[in-house]
Amino acid sequence: MIEIKDVTKNFGDFAALKGVSLEIPDGSLTALLGPSGSGKSTLLRVIAGLEQPDSGVVCISGDDVSALPPQQRGIGFVFQHYAAFKHMSVRDNVAFGLSIRKRPKDEIRSRVDELLRVVGLDGYAERLPSQLSGGQRQRMALARALAVEPSVLLLDEPFGALDAKVRAELRTWLRRLHDEVHVTTVLVTHDQEEAMDIADRVAVLDHGTIQQVGAPRELYDEPATPFVMSFLGPVTTVGGIMVRPHDVSIAAEPGDRALEAQVVRVVHLGFEVRVELELALGEQVSVQLTRGEAEQLELHDGDIVYVSASSSFQAPPPASRPEPAAPLPQGQQG
Amino acid sequence: MLSRWGLRGAVLVYLGALLLVPTGLVFYRTFEHGLGAFWDSVTTPAAQHAFQLTLELAAIAVPLNTIFGIAMALALVRGRWRGKALVEAIIDLPFAVSPVIIGLSLLLVFGREGWIHLPFQVMFALPGMALATIFVSLPFVVREVVPVLREVGDEQEQAAATLGATGWQTFRRITLPSLRWGVAYGVVLSVARAIGEFGAVSVVSGHIAGKTDTLTLLVQERFENFDVRGAYAASALLAAIALATLFTMTLTRRRTA
Repeated sequence: MIEIKDVTKNFGDFAALKGVSLEIPDGSLTALLGPSGSGKSTLLRVIAGLEQPDSGVVCISGDDVSALPPQQRGIGFVFQHYAAFKHMSVRDNVAFGLSIRKRPKDEIRSRVDELLRVVGLDGYAERLPSQLSGGQRQRMALARALAVEPSVLLLDEPFGALDAKVRAELRTWLRRLHDEVHVTTVLVTHDQEEAMDIADRVAVLDHGTIQQVGAPRELYDEPATPFVMSFLGPVTTVGGIMVRPHDVSIAAEPGDRALEAQVVRVVHLGFEVRVELELALGEQVSVQLTRGEAEQLELHDGDIVYVSASSSFQAPPPASRPEPAAPLPQGQQG
Repeated sequence: MLSRWGLRGAVLVYLGALLLVPTGLVFYRTFEHGLGAFWDSVTTPAAQHAFQLTLELAAIAVPLNTIFGIAMALALVRGRWRGKALVEAIIDLPFAVSPVIIGLSLLLVFGREGWIHLPFQVMFALPGMALATIFVSLPFVVREVVPVLREVGDEQEQAAATLGATGWQTFRRITLPSLRWGVAYGVVLSVARAIGEFGAVSVVSGHIAGKTDTLTLLVQERFENFDVRGAYAASALLAAIALATLFTMTLTRRRTA
């Protein structure tokens, strides 16, 4: 388990972390999710010891490692731009940590062969990193980090430099690898889809504070703050209340608490239909319907309809959002 | 098409007139009267001594400047300290200041009426000439290594740290190998500069024939004594050393690239 207690970090005038506390359970795959400048990478580097916090404590497996350099923390770190040792073969890259630990040559060789098989790079051992594709380089970096059997694996935007197709493949692959290896993993990403897809727990960060921690589903269905809600998926507002576009219902007749609206545009996106509406006060609403629902309603531009939020987020709208959002205590989620 | 050839032609004529023809002429004049005359001229005791002294000075200055250069480049690129900009400017001083001034300033500091007196002879002897050579060839390694260090970045070093490598292990196994071409190029330039240095060494050497003459000083001395052919021979030897250094560099680079 990784415990982070009240960690703050400033870079000059910029407060990257403002008293962050977080617990990462053993064997989990946790994503640190947030926009750029939210402090997620800084938090990961603080866990690794690559960055010294101004105050606060980091514990790994119950030991306070705050004063330890990265070398002694038992971690594996994977960088966005691979940080491949360019002058070394793939084999020597993966073997680096083991040769630093002065393991016997036979043991290193067999361990490296095994790892290269795990990451699907057998047959590439004698190549140089420059002869590999981006995805292959990142798998090599992962094998290199896993070689020293770290108690914690830290990944800093590991797929950020790859194109969309490779990114999706590697994501699935990493998830499967984690299910096999079970090493406690923390992954930094700004891509909410990636976090929801790969992680079993997600911590959302904004402006150096943790907004919410929970399972991807919890965050999506019960966001604690407007920020979490809007960061995890599309939102629209109906009568000043934030809702997901698929949680707005449209009726042809006036109903209880329904608001009158005019259809501005109907966009057909295959199975899904997006309807853009305007309320009486000029408020724009975007609604997501299935094709069946849309066909039943027979919507046309200029029609007058009645909209209501079928389930909604009960928090102040973004305009009057309290600043800054307080970090939630551990365990109190949603 | 025409303008491209015109441009190429202009560049080649410029190079030819200013570089190739004069250098070629030195070699031509040297071997005009056969190899024997050349051999006699470069094997006189004075010439042998000058040759040896030149290599000694390079052998002292280049390793020192290489070690200093790598350390300084690391401090400039990786370090965060006050006065960095000033130090960076000072390092370029030997580029900006005429070697004669460097020689004179060394004389002012270590000379008979200078500020610093050491128990052994500095001026008009090997130590003073070594100082002058170190001074003029100081910036090359720093200047070649700094951009490479910037380009390589520190992520590989951080990765090595997370894999358990100590600072020294990281330096030896990661940083130094990734700098090797910058260092090699800096060394070649330093060697060329150290061997070819004239002004500063001239001031501090005192021109004691057979004792403090380097190859460049020998060229001047022979020229002034109307031994033109001797001067050409010594020049050819100097040029040959410089060319050999450059070729070694190009060859090793091609093989590893």
